[in-house]
Amino acid sequence: MKEIILAKVGETALKGLNRKNFEDMLIKNIKRKIHKLGRFEVVSSQSTIRISPLDDDIDMDDTAEAVGKVFGIVAYSRACVAPKDLEEIKNAAAEYLSEIFEDNVSFKVESKRSDKKFPYGSPEISKAVGGFLADTFPNITVDVHNPDVIVTVEVRDFAAYIHANVVEGAGGLPVGTGGKAAILISGGIDSPVAAYMMAKRGVELTAIHFASPPYTSERAEEKVKALLELVSEYSGKMTMFTVPFTKIQEQIQKNCPEELFTIIMRRLMMNISNRIAKKNDCQALITGESLGQVASQTIGALACTDEVAEIPVFRPLIGMDKKEIIAIAHKINTFETSCLPYEDCCTVFTPRHPRTRPKLEFVRKAEANVNWEDMINEAVENVKITKIGE
Amino acid sequence: MDIYLDNSATTKPCKEAIGKMMYVLENVYGNPSSLHTLGLDAEKEVTAARIIAAKQLGADKDEVFFTSGGTEANNTAVFGAAYARRKTGNKIVTTSIEHSSVYESCKELERQGFEVVFLEPESDGNISTEQLNNAIDKNTILVSVMMINNETGVKLPVDKIAKIIKKNNAPALFHCDAVQAFGKVPVRPSKIGADLVSVSSHKIHGPKGVGVLYVKKGTYIKPLLYGGEQQKKVRPGTEAVPLICGFGAAIENIGSMSDNLKRTTELHDYAVKRLSKVSGVEINSPQDGLPYILNVSAVGVRSETMLHFLADKGIYISSGSACAKGKKSHVLTAMGLDAARIDSALRISFSKHSEMSEIDVLAACLQEGMNTLVHSK
Repeated sequence: MKEIILAKVGETALKGLNRKNFEDMLIKNIKRKIHKLGRFEVVSSQSTIRISPLDDDIDMDDTAEAVGKVFGIVAYSRACVAPKDLEEIKNAAAEYLSEIFEDNVSFKVESKRSDKKFPYGSPEISKAVGGFLADTFPNITVDVHNPDVIVTVEVRDFAAYIHANVVEGAGGLPVGTGGKAAILISGGIDSPVAAYMMAKRGVELTAIHFASPPYTSERAEEKVKALLELVSEYSGKMTMFTVPFTKIQEQIQKNCPEELFTIIMRRLMMNISNRIAKKNDCQALITGESLGQVASQTIGALACTDEVAEIPVFRPLIGMDKKEIIAIAHKINTFETSCLPYEDCCTVFTPRHPRTRPKLEFVRKAEANVNWEDMINEAVENVKITKIGE
Repeated sequence: MDIYLDNSATTKPCKEAIGKMMYVLENVYGNPSSLHTLGLDAEKEVTAARIIAAKQLGADKDEVFFTSGGTEANNTAVFGAAYARRKTGNKIVTTSIEHSSVYESCKELERQGFEVVFLEPESDGNISTEQLNNAIDKNTILVSVMMINNETGVKLPVDKIAKIIKKNNAPALFHCDAVQAFGKVPVRPSKIGADLVSVSSHKIHGPKGVGVLYVKKGTYIKPLLYGGEQQKKVRPGTEAVPLICGFGAAIENIGSMSDNLKRTTELHDYAVKRLSKVSGVEINSPQDGLPYILNVSAVGVRSETMLHFLADKGIYISSGSACAKGKKSHVLTAMGLDAARIDSALRISFSKHSEMSEIDVLAACLQEGMNTLVHSK
């Protein structure tokens, strides 16, 4: 029995003249996401994208899972395909739904007829299919108000589709429709979540990671790659830039006041990220900061770091509690990897008593006795490039 | 040339073990349980390895059970003994410095309702016979104590345990995790009066993935795995013939343990002398520990930083303590070392192939690291 996936396009349908662009991008993203599973036909009509497998051996469980990770799809359902004939539709429905109807559930049938040439109206289709199902499965009951299972019959251009229960999609907007931005990622719990959230709003990602060997390890970098691979399940492929940061961190340590280590380090990270972002056509930076979570994430500290950036800095987690962030980390499967215990650039040289309300003028003064420019240029020139999600 | 001084983590397989495994993989591919000739050939190879292991342990071949390694041997011993004896008592005595495969198994038994006593080491990093004597009583069904601690090389008083069990009328089995000791010092279960002893192949230049649990004749433990009739049902499953034979070859290749020990003692003492001269380096291992393991602190530089610094120069050692995000070393904490010393602990572990010249390079590079790496405040 031929099974397909019907994906409902949400917000994108509302975007007026841009709609075509959004849909094209969405179809491209879906194709990219599922092409490893086999050959498919992906077409759009009337706010619905139909994903049909062209090979017999395609695993539709895997396909559904993959489609569930594509931003821009609000909901999707797996459906069986039947010829446009009421008898055929009835039989197909009974066969396709036989597993669900093994349990004693209540149900109702809803029908949509977009092909107005089909000789029966929607209420007639519902009545006929519902009656047939109730006869075939004596253990199920009809409940039009609060059914366990809603069976939908859609009679469209070339075929009829029968499905039960719609699954929520990843939501958001198709990646690539919201421009490009660079995520600063250390390996903690927050930054992968921040990356995911911006990708959800259609942003194409680039990643920037700071490495300070031997203070940080190869494993820490591998961990970041693993995290980005997980994020790329949603965001699609991206480029990761690893910045050699040892020299700068050593200079901070040697020449700056201890209570300002973190804030100065973050300003330098912003500075470098800003340059890498501009070089690579990124229009914004993304960080995983959440207000007040640590000393470097107070309003004062954020003002100090923002001052260095010339492009907008997005902080999608700014108003979230750790608990809420962790819940998303679990959902996107990054939590466990984030918890692997390797030193990263943010945990080496942590000051004992960091300044929580740094004054910009003091910070500027404190960092002024080092000539950072050469070191920054050297770091930017020596970034290592890794391809993620390919 | 790489300088490998992380031999307590694992060792480089010896040529004899590799050669034996290659031969067996290619030529002796039968299932030891098959009735035909190929099966018989494989069974003969396994038996030969079993005899070699038994000889090394001063045991009978019927007391040797091959496992997938030290962790499985320890799990089988701890759970197997506890479940077999739960009708006689409910108490398990072990230490807080056991390898995680014993420690976590005992934690699980604690969750299942057993009373588990985790003896804490005293300031010398060791457990005293007095502590053991006070803990082991008539309700004790299992005592599990390691022979050599893997972090510091401390020798635990395992030869006293059997006597204490007897004196205190405890219905206990005695399990000894001898993974770090095997092949370096004599491990003779009958001499120390152990009922169960775990050893591992890859710590003595054999392949990873194989170990032995010694089970004293007449001792019943409940198996962890169920399946075929192999290994008297204590450890069913088709024997890992190539790995087992590789282990056998590695045991045969140990050489003279006393000569190796003498050589390693000289090496160890030389390392202590050289490393003590590096500014900031302190020795953590006890004087009378197993010389194959030397725990030091390069105070001021975090373990992981120094480890990566040395790895960059082709010198491979272990961090003696987990990184800032991980848990601090339990053993070093118990020894009363301060936080700075624990955070900077390093474990250097030798094999019979280690050289004096390697110590010279290590000392020079440690000194360089201490001079150039930024110290944490």
